[in-house]
Amino acid sequence: MAGITIEKIEKTFGATTVLRDVSLDIADGEFLTLLGPSGCGKSTLLRILAGLEVQTGGSVAIGDRVVDGVRPKLRDVAMVFQSYALYPHMTVQENMSVPLRMRRLSNWQRLPLIGRFLPGSKAVAAEIENEVMRTAKALGIGHLLGRKPGQLSGGQRQRVAVGRAMVRQAAVFLMDEPLSNLDAKLRVQMRAEIKELHKRLGVTFVYVTHDQSEAMTMSDRVAVMLDGELLQVAPPQEIYADPDDRRVAEFIGSPKINILDAKMHENGLASMAGTAFAVRAPIARGSSLSIGIRPEAFHLVDSHGVNILTGAVRLVEHMGSDLFVHLDVPGGDHPVVARLLAERAPQISSGQTLHLGVKPERLLLFAADGKRIRPHGQLGATVVRMKERLQ
Amino acid sequence: MSTQHVAPPSAILRHAVLLITGALILIPFVWMVSLSIKPPGEIFRASFSFWPAQFYGVENYNKALTSSPLPRYMLNGLFVCATILSLQVAVCAPAAYALAKLNFPGRNLLFALVLIALLLPHEVLALPLFILGYKVGILNTYAALIFPYVVSPFGIFLFRQFFKTIPDDVVHAAKLDGFSELAIVWRIMVPMALPAIIAFGIFSVVSHWNSLFWPLIAVRDQDLMPPPLGIMAFKNEEAGNDYGPLMAATTVVVLPLIIAFLLAQRWFVEGLTSGATK
Amino acid sequence: MSMTAHTAGKQVRPSQTPRTSSGALRRHRSAEIFAAWSLAGPALLLLVVLFFLPVFGVFAIALTDWEFGASSLSFVGLANFREVFADEGFRISLINTILYVVIVVPGTIALGLAIALLIESGKSFRAFYRAIHFLPFMATLTAMAIAWEALLHPTIGLINQTLAGLGLPTANWLRDENTVLPVLAGIGIWQNLGYAMVLFLAGLKSIPQDLYDAADIDGADAWLDRLRTVTLPMLGPVTMFIFIVVALKAFETFDTVQVLTQGGPGHASEMLLYTLYRESFEYLRTGYGASVAVVFLFIVVALTLIQARVMDKRVHYQ
Repeated sequence: MAGITIEKIEKTFGATTVLRDVSLDIADGEFLTLLGPSGCGKSTLLRILAGLEVQTGGSVAIGDRVVDGVRPKLRDVAMVFQSYALYPHMTVQENMSVPLRMRRLSNWQRLPLIGRFLPGSKAVAAEIENEVMRTAKALGIGHLLGRKPGQLSGGQRQRVAVGRAMVRQAAVFLMDEPLSNLDAKLRVQMRAEIKELHKRLGVTFVYVTHDQSEAMTMSDRVAVMLDGELLQVAPPQEIYADPDDRRVAEFIGSPKINILDAKMHENGLASMAGTAFAVRAPIARGSSLSIGIRPEAFHLVDSHGVNILTGAVRLVEHMGSDLFVHLDVPGGDHPVVARLLAERAPQISSGQTLHLGVKPERLLLFAADGKRIRPHGQLGATVVRMKERLQ
Repeated sequence: MSTQHVAPPSAILRHAVLLITGALILIPFVWMVSLSIKPPGEIFRASFSFWPAQFYGVENYNKALTSSPLPRYMLNGLFVCATILSLQVAVCAPAAYALAKLNFPGRNLLFALVLIALLLPHEVLALPLFILGYKVGILNTYAALIFPYVVSPFGIFLFRQFFKTIPDDVVHAAKLDGFSELAIVWRIMVPMALPAIIAFGIFSVVSHWNSLFWPLIAVRDQDLMPPPLGIMAFKNEEAGNDYGPLMAATTVVVLPLIIAFLLAQRWFVEGLTSGATK
Repeated sequence: MSMTAHTAGKQVRPSQTPRTSSGALRRHRSAEIFAAWSLAGPALLLLVVLFFLPVFGVFAIALTDWEFGASSLSFVGLANFREVFADEGFRISLINTILYVVIVVPGTIALGLAIALLIESGKSFRAFYRAIHFLPFMATLTAMAIAWEALLHPTIGLINQTLAGLGLPTANWLRDENTVLPVLAGIGIWQNLGYAMVLFLAGLKSIPQDLYDAADIDGADAWLDRLRTVTLPMLGPVTMFIFIVVALKAFETFDTVQVLTQGGPGHASEMLLYTLYRESFEYLRTGYGASVAVVFLFIVVALTLIQARVMDKRVHYQ
């Protein structure tokens, strides 16, 4: 059982910086997801945790032990690879036995042919076989133990890879995009299974993915990474509803959040897309900001006014229960996308003028540098938690 | 990767071992060159020195080039290799194109024949080919050195594999542009398959430049001999006594390919290993 | 594949309209067939004349008592083969060849693998080391055999000089029937190990880094454990392939025998291809030579077919 403390990790490959000042505390037994687009450094961070990569600066502790410079073998971590990395020449049984054999049998006992006759090796081998069998049964792959990876389906290989990580009973489970080689249907199923596994094992999971639906459905907390930086670490719902940074808001959510340029005026009003919005935030008059509105934050209204966007419908996409309406608004480069309930929005057709209202509390304000500006009296959820902890 | 990182002591060990094995591998080459620049007296005196006390290279190389038809051997080799390669490409590329891109009855049978021919070691065919050459009356001519190799099953196979990777749309577009099938082969497929052609060319030239077995059977006339056969004749004539000029001659024979290899290492490795199937 | 390619081809032809008559279609089709055969025809003709007729010829000659230049011949059935296998000389030649192969193949594979592993274990000078070790494979063997002869010369050769200098016994390597075959095998290894090395290097490159990472995590992080858990098993298929290819090359050894020993002393370095050459073209025992060629063909084809099976397996391995 162990939490992980990551402190000021830096990683450079030659002239390129892959990780920049990454600090993160992962609680014991937590399911934490590192989420970000490819090339953001999330896999590198995971490999540093595993000990497969050496950081340029900073420090990693697993449990109470600083593990910098400790070989992967001695870190008490198990890992599931994106490619599964099963040994193709070994059966499932042998694949799953490797981590145990390497730890419990001596060099001599592992020798081919002779090894099994050495004192003690028989008992250990039997014990290993039992544990592998138990794990395989728990994962529903008990009947596959005699097969080689080449004879298994993608889902089965995935389970074997998980099994190989599980037999170790390591304190930390590292998973590097373990579902990305599966088809969409299987991915949803395995998602649930991994979540289930986490609950059952109760150990710390660090899970790397670029797929936000995986991150949102499985994690206790999500750490969003971009360009080698950790932007926000929070529970999934908070990452979505209360992003700290414009880039986080843009990365999470589908369809993408609408970001519009605005200018601050007097009386707490900001002008944007030809209309005025009431903004309760400490922003100097005349300064520019951008305002993010999630597509589902819009509702239909009858006429123009404050907090109401007006524009011409460019395109309507029927998605069954929902409608995605693309609206051209004055001064915007891209159409605004609104997600409306189909039953509430009958008969919208392209070319038509539409008025869309937004409640003020659903406006997400971002300063020019992308940092979130929170309204008066409202503290960021992270700040709230920190305060609670202090008290 | 960090795990592959070699600590300095093991890196030194790596270099030490590889330098030693490399040196051992190079000994025959070094000894050859060394003898080729030594005077007879030094050759027959037991000595380890690579560099001669008296530089005798000019005399040895001069003798190698003038007392035997060595330049002639080299030209023969060049001519035979070039002719074989040109004919092989001329014959194999169109056939490979037909196999890769055209649909015709008998295609599978033809390809099966190519694969079977690929299995056959050329030495087994030597006797009937010798008789064939005799009947046609071309033994002891350049034609005798060339004709068994005019078609290369390996060439057809290699080109077909490569042509298959070229999209059909390229062929269709060329047809729309009015190219004939033969023009497609030479103006579209061959230029696009240049890497395969070069790899095959190196494979072909190296194997025919180095080949001894068939030339030994096909020609008797010194003026027709390619380098390996010529150098053997040179050795037999000199009765192995005159090591200096003999080693100079072997150096001259080996040198062109080695220079070409050092200049285009990657191509050579690729070309010669692509021939693994043959 | 060919079907779809073909129909796609028809769709883009400009002359074709939806109402093209079946006659025009047929003309199109026969034009393509004609084009294909005129492109492949020369190659087919040459394959038949230069490969298939000769192979049948070898079998046919092997069944007759014909001698080159003789005006008559008669069918003798398997008599030639009986003679070949009863012949002490041929048996020695076959045994020598097998001994030679048995030395050359493991030697080449072991050294080629060791050097490939060493080269791959570091990053510097890779191309340099590869080039040096590959050099003998492409150098003209006839010429290099002469250089080897100089090295092996009983009095002035570097090898005996070195041995004498170290106080070790010397030998007349190529004239002693106990040493001649191992020496030829040594030259065979010298020539082929670079080739094996290059193929091993390619095999090593194709091992996914993920497997080494997995081995690290699983605890197989010592050099020997990585070798045993990942490297060697992953090289298994390529090793089988190299095994066959080098065996084929070893069976086809001719140049060194011809240049250095002519099969001697006695029959101590007589090998199959040299026997084939001498019987067919020096002694002009044509029927006998053809029988040797047939035996040789069977060995080579058997090895090649094993290779094809192995390559098939390699595809399924993943």
